[in-house]
Amino acid sequence: MYDYFQSVLGLEWGYLVAVVTHILMITVGILIGLAFLLLMDRKVWAAVQLRKGPNVVGPFGLLQSFADFFKFATKEPVIPAGADKTVFLLAPLISFVLAFAAWAVIPVYEGWAVANINVGALYLFAISSLGVYGIIMGGWASNSKYPFLGSLRSAAQMVSYEVSLGFVIVTVFLLADSLNLSEIVMAQSGGVHHWYFLKLFPVFVVFFISALAETNRPPFDLPEAESELVAGYQVEYGSTPYLLFMIAEYANIVLMCALMTLFFFGGWHPLFDIAPFTWLHGVFWFLGKVVFFFFMFAMAKAMVPRYRYDQLMRIGWKIFLPFTLFWIFGQAVFMAVF
Amino acid sequence: MVLSALAFYLFASLAVASAFAVIAARNPVHSVLFLILTFFNAAGLFVLLGAEFLALILVVVYVGAVAVLFLFVVMMLDVDFAELKRGALQYLPMGALIGLVVLGELVLVLGTMAAVPQSATVRTVPVPAVDEISNVEALGLILYTDYIYLFQAAGLILLVAMIGAIVLTLRHHDHVKRQNIAEQSSRQPEDAMDVVKVKPGQGI
Amino acid sequence: MQELLLDYLPILIFIGIAIVIGGVLLGLPFVLAPNNPDPEKLSAYECGFNAFDDARMKFDVRFYLVAILFIIFDLEVAFLFPWAVAFDRLVEGSGWQALTSLGLLSMFTFLIVLTVGFIYEWKKGALEWE
Repeated sequence: MYDYFQSVLGLEWGYLVAVVTHILMITVGILIGLAFLLLMDRKVWAAVQLRKGPNVVGPFGLLQSFADFFKFATKEPVIPAGADKTVFLLAPLISFVLAFAAWAVIPVYEGWAVANINVGALYLFAISSLGVYGIIMGGWASNSKYPFLGSLRSAAQMVSYEVSLGFVIVTVFLLADSLNLSEIVMAQSGGVHHWYFLKLFPVFVVFFISALAETNRPPFDLPEAESELVAGYQVEYGSTPYLLFMIAEYANIVLMCALMTLFFFGGWHPLFDIAPFTWLHGVFWFLGKVVFFFFMFAMAKAMVPRYRYDQLMRIGWKIFLPFTLFWIFGQAVFMAVF
Repeated sequence: MVLSALAFYLFASLAVASAFAVIAARNPVHSVLFLILTFFNAAGLFVLLGAEFLALILVVVYVGAVAVLFLFVVMMLDVDFAELKRGALQYLPMGALIGLVVLGELVLVLGTMAAVPQSATVRTVPVPAVDEISNVEALGLILYTDYIYLFQAAGLILLVAMIGAIVLTLRHHDHVKRQNIAEQSSRQPEDAMDVVKVKPGQGI
Repeated sequence: MQELLLDYLPILIFIGIAIVIGGVLLGLPFVLAPNNPDPEKLSAYECGFNAFDDARMKFDVRFYLVAILFIIFDLEVAFLFPWAVAFDRLVEGSGWQALTSLGLLSMFTFLIVLTVGFIYEWKKGALEWE
């Protein structure tokens, strides 16, 4: 694609046009993909609870998310009287932009990342540590009790699990010797026995659970625990500001799934490097793995009861943190000696 | 080349403008938000210098962690900021003096560099080109061996910060019930209940 | 150097495009949807009565403690990144002798110092939520 545009429009403009096209393809792809993943999410919960789930709009309810979108877009935007209007509207926008900006470095296939930077993994870590802003700003700007308490809880929760997430990715870097996402994936080439989840299974479990907590998913959805805080920081939001929060939340969940795929499950590499498996293009392997992890997220939501706040903090600080710390220590000794 | 110059002026002017807005904004929360914008632009400038690792660490540590604490403090502390700001002007001479001292120091440092061309050779470890070795690796190769004392000092500072934070903020409330998971899980039926044989008509 | 900057240009454009898409979505209902506010609609959500006071109140100092501890551990992680990447080149010698290489020992000391702090926190009960 880059070569084509550069041959038509010249080196520089061709590059720019190609980049913009690439980015638009990715953003539109994510938006449409999210519409169906959201439906899948609801269908999975419905199946677990022996319901049918959305089944009216389109065949099997396939168009449900699009109908939802039009409903959001035609709802009256209500901004509470006591709210700080700029920050109130800025909060969902920031959440949305951050959730999408992270996708700039995700290598869906070899050389397919929009920006193949040397410190891609660190970039993702940085972006995910900023996710807390949308929530704090939303909760504060609403000037209402429930959003405020929800955002407070959420901030402390995300911050706590950020630490164990950071320690876990250090173990991956130790093995891969690089912060470049493509290089991390390339280090896992050659079939399932080279994927890092085999060597790092315990920390992979820590990563999965921390990812649930980081994205405020059940069983860690305390910020929006509806029985006590109604809907947490989103209480005062409606219309597309709410929609932006929701898209950002799901984009972050899918991002976490993509991270697990890249760090632990060999990215675009097929299960085995032999004939029937290599017929399928790497992109489909990548997407397949992402959808699998998304399914795991949906199942976790459907099956696991919600944690209490002190238990949540206890897991983050008293179990995951020391465990990952000692794992890094042990792994370093093991790698140095053997 | 034009593009990077353009990016430089964009980041630099935004950084200066938002830094000004930090002190000019009436609402302290807006101040912190502008501060975050300043950090971002500084990170952009770092990238333009080729220091990508430093740029992202700046975002992770300052924007992702330090500014969150700032936000916590200004959002939720019950401080009357208008009252605080009223007397702010009387500190202007002092602030100007400090600014002048910093400016003087900068002029001294950069001035010697410009005046004495040989100084370039005595500067510490030359920075390796970004094409040969990535930022992160170059840093990793020297930080833990050549600069071991500074590195350990950083560790000790973090330890002091940790202890200080606990000493200053930790207050225990006595009436709070806490959950002890280990105790709870290790409880056996024998510890918790007795089976008493009660003869009919007698009670206990 | 130029190549490095070219790697970052798409990110800048990506953020720009994301802002445009987000802004359009945000502005959509202001154009499409009806807009007739009234005081009841615009009041903050409460359980059927007017809010007593400002919702932004003081809260437990424990939240600050969590934020401070997070900063410290975040810095620790930041120190671990370059070490993990340069790990292979920091290890000198082979077998058990490799454990005496300076790069490893210095990081282990760093981790042990912070583990001491962590144990102190734990014993003091700073990690307990009430």
